[in-house]
Amino acid sequence: MIPELGHFALIIALCIALVQATVPLMGSFNGNRPWMELARPLAYGQLTFIAFSFACLVQAFVVSDFSVAYVAVNSNSLLPTMYKISAVWGAHEGSLLLWVLMMAGWGAAVALYSKNLPLAMIARVISVQGMVTIGFLLFTLLTSNPFDRLFPVPPEGRDLNPLLQDPGLAIHPPMLYMGYVGFSVAFAFAIAALIGGKLDAAWARWSRPWTTVAWIFLTIGIALGSWWAYYELGWGGWWFWDPVENASLMPWLIGTALLHSLAVTEKRAAFKSWTVLLAIAAFSLSLLGTFLVRSGVLTSVHAFATDPTRGAFILLFLCLVIGGSLALYAWRAPSVSSGGHFDLLSRESSLLMNNLLFSAFTILVLFGTLAPLIYEAFGWGKISVGFPWFNKMFVALSPFMVLLLGIGPLVRWKHDAVLRLLGKLWPALLLTIGVAVWVAQAEFAASHLWVTVGITLAAWLLLSHLTVLFERLKNRPGGVVGGLKSIGDDVRGGGRGFYGMLLAHLGVAVLIIGITMVSTFDVEHDVRMSPGDSYELAGYRFEFLGATAVDGPNYNADRGHFLVYRGEDTVAELFPEKRAYMGGGMPMTEAAIDAGFLRDIYVSLGEHVGDGDWALRLYYKPYVRWIWLGAIFMAIGGLLAVTDPRYRAARVTAPMPDLAGSAVKA
Amino acid sequence: MTEASKKTSPPWRFLVPLFLFGALAGLLLYGLGQDPREVPSPLIGKAAPEFELPDLLDPSRTLSKADLLGQVSLVNVWASWCSACRAEHGMLMEISRRSDVQLLGLNWKDGQAEARQVIRMSGNPYRMIGFDPDNNAGIDWGVYGAPETFVVDRQGIIRYKQIGPIDPQVWQQTLAPMIAKLQSEPSSLPTQPER
Repeated sequence: MIPELGHFALIIALCIALVQATVPLMGSFNGNRPWMELARPLAYGQLTFIAFSFACLVQAFVVSDFSVAYVAVNSNSLLPTMYKISAVWGAHEGSLLLWVLMMAGWGAAVALYSKNLPLAMIARVISVQGMVTIGFLLFTLLTSNPFDRLFPVPPEGRDLNPLLQDPGLAIHPPMLYMGYVGFSVAFAFAIAALIGGKLDAAWARWSRPWTTVAWIFLTIGIALGSWWAYYELGWGGWWFWDPVENASLMPWLIGTALLHSLAVTEKRAAFKSWTVLLAIAAFSLSLLGTFLVRSGVLTSVHAFATDPTRGAFILLFLCLVIGGSLALYAWRAPSVSSGGHFDLLSRESSLLMNNLLFSAFTILVLFGTLAPLIYEAFGWGKISVGFPWFNKMFVALSPFMVLLLGIGPLVRWKHDAVLRLLGKLWPALLLTIGVAVWVAQAEFAASHLWVTVGITLAAWLLLSHLTVLFERLKNRPGGVVGGLKSIGDDVRGGGRGFYGMLLAHLGVAVLIIGITMVSTFDVEHDVRMSPGDSYELAGYRFEFLGATAVDGPNYNADRGHFLVYRGEDTVAELFPEKRAYMGGGMPMTEAAIDAGFLRDIYVSLGEHVGDGDWALRLYYKPYVRWIWLGAIFMAIGGLLAVTDPRYRAARVTAPMPDLAGSAVKA
Repeated sequence: MTEASKKTSPPWRFLVPLFLFGALAGLLLYGLGQDPREVPSPLIGKAAPEFELPDLLDPSRTLSKADLLGQVSLVNVWASWCSACRAEHGMLMEISRRSDVQLLGLNWKDGQAEARQVIRMSGNPYRMIGFDPDNNAGIDWGVYGAPETFVVDRQGIIRYKQIGPIDPQVWQQTLAPMIAKLQSEPSSLPTQPER
């Protein structure tokens, strides 16, 4: 009964979405206030019904109702409750429902936190969100209903994919989807503005915090995915350039460009059509990612079960949403009023360069992801664009991004002079060159050119941003010293955006160090060990004490026991496992990791090769944590920026232009 | 660069994103028709190509098409640099223990030392492993990524190509039934290629 209620709630949600997509929008054209005022209640109603439906599915999982086909395939009565809940989004149908739920959540949030927006604007934004929701609800109901019943009812469920029985993966998809779906808000704002024919600084100011929040979620989601792959897949890698990973990276790259472009549009009213295009692109790439993951067009390690009807449906939906919005863009954007002028050397130009670099990188990732398909379509034979290709592209582009990143925050809006910039940056430049020379001849970096490059770039970021900080503090009461003392006040005052920027950019430096060190200095050995054996690796001695059989709630495992010594001191005791889940499936390796700020030690259990001997993989991973630390810096930076009181103040005091009036004219 | 020039520039440049997306959509539509897992190879139903490769572990032996005749074989393409192959390795070990199908390896675009290291550490599921560092046999077999696995019947005809790792589901639902069926076919009868 409850699953049917959930199904029914979805149908009602679809009806609400139909009204939501049409009535407020029409109201915004003919100035019908009651129609426009329907937008908010409809958004709340949408959330209510979808949340109810989602709760029904959660309930089916918690009580192990195996008469629901989706539950029977993805759960098991032995599964710990936490994983019963995360199993809700463990496969295609449920993750789609989660997507819809978040879409409705963002819609309701927009309705709630937009009290000062012109009514016509909010009506259009919520209508656009309604249109996207219709697509996803239809997709769910027509091709991927999670509430389908199963007869006869199986006595036991097939169990959740063991790879997903992990706390990291329980929260990774919700974070990622929050990011993907969050870009729908920036998208809806962009489309609403295009419909109204009015792209102005106010539009950019409304879009900015929403975009930032979505970007924060996506940043965390991607970092969690990378961290999960690192410890769960047992290969010690943290990024694989897998199509699914690329699908999340592309919206992130464009989202990052969008964040910066919005800043220009808000402050200087420039780049309007470009910013709108980025807003459309960010969400389009989120949708494209969904398509790639669920259509079976590309094979991937973690592709969802594929089904051609689903692929065709999403492709059609993609064409309507992306094609429609790009057509609207082509029609409306040419009439957008021009923004301010700026010189070749100006903050605008450097942000434009930043946008172009991010876009170029996105296009390369897109090309690499689709290359097998492109080659096949043109009959050039089959290729596999692998790891080395992507790495090469990344390494070729990122130094330019970083060089620019060091200069950008110091450049003035509109116009700047090379000499003035050099006057500010020469200490940072000299020190960076000093660091480069020092690293190039240092013993540890010997013959590793990339270590020199990486550390130099990170040093450049750090030093140039210290210069940026110095410039800001200099102008505070009491000079630099007084400024340093009152940084807390500055953060509480209007400076959050600034310090958020600083932190996020330093996150890039931290990330670069992590990537450089771990790619150059990691040590990985495949060894065969008998109980009692020792093995030396990167100055650590691994002693294998043997493996014993242990039982988990829904699996049996072999658990290895290791002592790791550095000199005479024991630094870690590690218990890697190899699990066979009762639901069947491939045996899973649970790597054991001794995590540290400067290095990880990582042991993963391979095959039992007889007589108590095991094939093992031992890793030494220097600075690998810095990769995720960098992402955390970026996320905190975003958080600071989005909580800047400027936005709250703007919401209260800024006079809002009468959009309804201008829309009628347009 | 300045947006002032926009008034005079032709508006067609605003159509560029739409056209690009159109091209992308066309590509995706094409991709939908081509399930990369199921329409893998023009060789299906055709005789396996002639090849002759030294054995990875004992280069004095050679692996050739003759080794495929007379029994149903799985030809698994793998490499030490391929992470999905590592994931697949345990499954191949299981297959070699549980099934009587002849499992042959095709070590592809790999280094000898690295490949031998994998076999030494993780066990050898294969009866023989053809060593193909320069993609000689790989081209003839139409290999475009690793892992890939070909099902070859007793007459040496390629019957199926699995792209991506063999997991328990692929094994139970596709490969094991197919192998059982091929093994039950009398070897003297000419077989109809099926798709």
